[in-house]
Amino acid sequence: MPVDELQQAGAAGRLPRRRGHRRLPVFLILPAGLGLTFLVLPLVALLLRTPWRELPQHLAEPAILAALRLSLLTASLATVFCILLGVPLAWLLARVEFPGRRLARALITVPLVLPPVVGGVALLLLFGRRGLIGSWLDETFGFTLPFTTAGVVVAEAFVAMPFLVIAVEGALRGADTRYEEAAATLGAGRWTTFRRVTLPLVAPGIAAGAVLCWARALGEFGATITFAGNFPGRTQTMPLAVYLALETDLEAAIVLSLILLVVSVTILVSLRDRWISSP
Amino acid sequence: MGSRGIRAALAGLALAAAVSVTACGGGQAPAGSGGVSGEVTVFAAASLTEAFTKIGKDFEAAHPGTKVTFNFAGSSALATQITQGAPADVFAAASPATVKTVVDAGDAAGTPVVFVRNQLVIAVPKGNPKGIATLGNLSRDDLKVAVCAEQVPCGAAAKKALDAAGVEVTPVTLEQDVKAALSKVKLGEVDAALVYRTDAKAAAADVDGVEFPESAGAINDYPVVALKDAPNKAGAEAFLAYLQSSPAKAVLTAAGFQTP
Repeated sequence: MPVDELQQAGAAGRLPRRRGHRRLPVFLILPAGLGLTFLVLPLVALLLRTPWRELPQHLAEPAILAALRLSLLTASLATVFCILLGVPLAWLLARVEFPGRRLARALITVPLVLPPVVGGVALLLLFGRRGLIGSWLDETFGFTLPFTTAGVVVAEAFVAMPFLVIAVEGALRGADTRYEEAAATLGAGRWTTFRRVTLPLVAPGIAAGAVLCWARALGEFGATITFAGNFPGRTQTMPLAVYLALETDLEAAIVLSLILLVVSVTILVSLRDRWISSP
Repeated sequence: MGSRGIRAALAGLALAAAVSVTACGGGQAPAGSGGVSGEVTVFAAASLTEAFTKIGKDFEAAHPGTKVTFNFAGSSALATQITQGAPADVFAAASPATVKTVVDAGDAAGTPVVFVRNQLVIAVPKGNPKGIATLGNLSRDDLKVAVCAEQVPCGAAAKKALDAAGVEVTPVTLEQDVKAALSKVKLGEVDAALVYRTDAKAAAADVDGVEFPESAGAINDYPVVALKDAPNKAGAEAFLAYLQSSPAKAVLTAAGFQTP
């Protein structure tokens, strides 16, 4: 793949077609290989310890299926929530000059830096029964978010949204604004321009951001267990089930994480194939 | 003059420490600081945090030249770390089952000794606004209750107590450790949680602990053991001996533990 790109770039005249243009540069290949190994080896260690025979037996457990279903449902809902709010936010940051934009951009990374458990506590202080907004919700509607499935979605969205915003903002800044200007001179309103020109332009960026966001939401543990608690069928997602299995049974925990891994990779790959096969 | 005063005070303290070490003897009293030095690494259950932090300081004072480093976490997580080769000298757990996994893996040196026991109480917000008086109250519909998950020691003890009392509780959450259950009470998200007496005591500024008789049927033993691959074997032995001394027992009792 890198070779192809090099050749294309070379053919386009951007690279001098001198000596060794086909040879792979060692100073890039070596760290790249090490990087790949570093990311893959822990997974290999996990696979080597997996008790494969127990896999079907765990897959048939209703508690595991419930946790898996809840994980997929909440991560998907959190991703939809993040897209609905995060894409406009990314657009604002990339396209509109306003005072405090730098600060806003820095604040968006807070959930990335904050230990998720602290994020969970912060959410409790906001949405909890005694929280800033939560106390009002409780008194007015008798509704509280903690310990509910909606609470899981909120915790996951809080932690995962920065991934989407940063990816989409990057795509927007990289996109050529002349298309939008052309649309505007041809009489398109701002909403039409956004919908018909900007969105299609940055669609790959949104897709990449959504995948990152979904993956992060799926693996979320700290904020979820702190804010939404742990109750089977209601707030116990796969990472929580894995953590508690780890308390008593290492092998079971490995099997559970593997199930989550296989399911998520399968979904991502099948989605990618669909997108790539229809260019 | 000021510095001389400080020096005199320090000398007095050192003397007092030396006297207390030699005086509160018994057979298992730590034998001075003879041969013990360096870092002693203690892996201890989260519920021991307050008491062990104090005991660690006392131990360092009694054995000049030593430094006690703690790793506080859930007992099972600590057991996993030890069996996976984490360098530790002493393991103090909140349940015999977790120590057993370390012993079974061949990582323990000697036999585990139960050094304290802990009992459950009902932690409620300060002033007990919902008027919870018995374990049976926890099944009330108007209450949100947090209990530890069965996989961790405090959850196993809670299940035992509830089963023995024949009380059906539907908790809103099964927490991953006792401190997490307690913090849900502190934050006001639940009306009650089953926690150890020591945890309720450590958080006495925010919560009250309601004692209940059924907790006697679910007492948790805390075993401690030196580890086979201890980097500081002498330090491990000295720390185990110090745990049996009366100053250490006084700290543990003050924290709400029962000493056997």
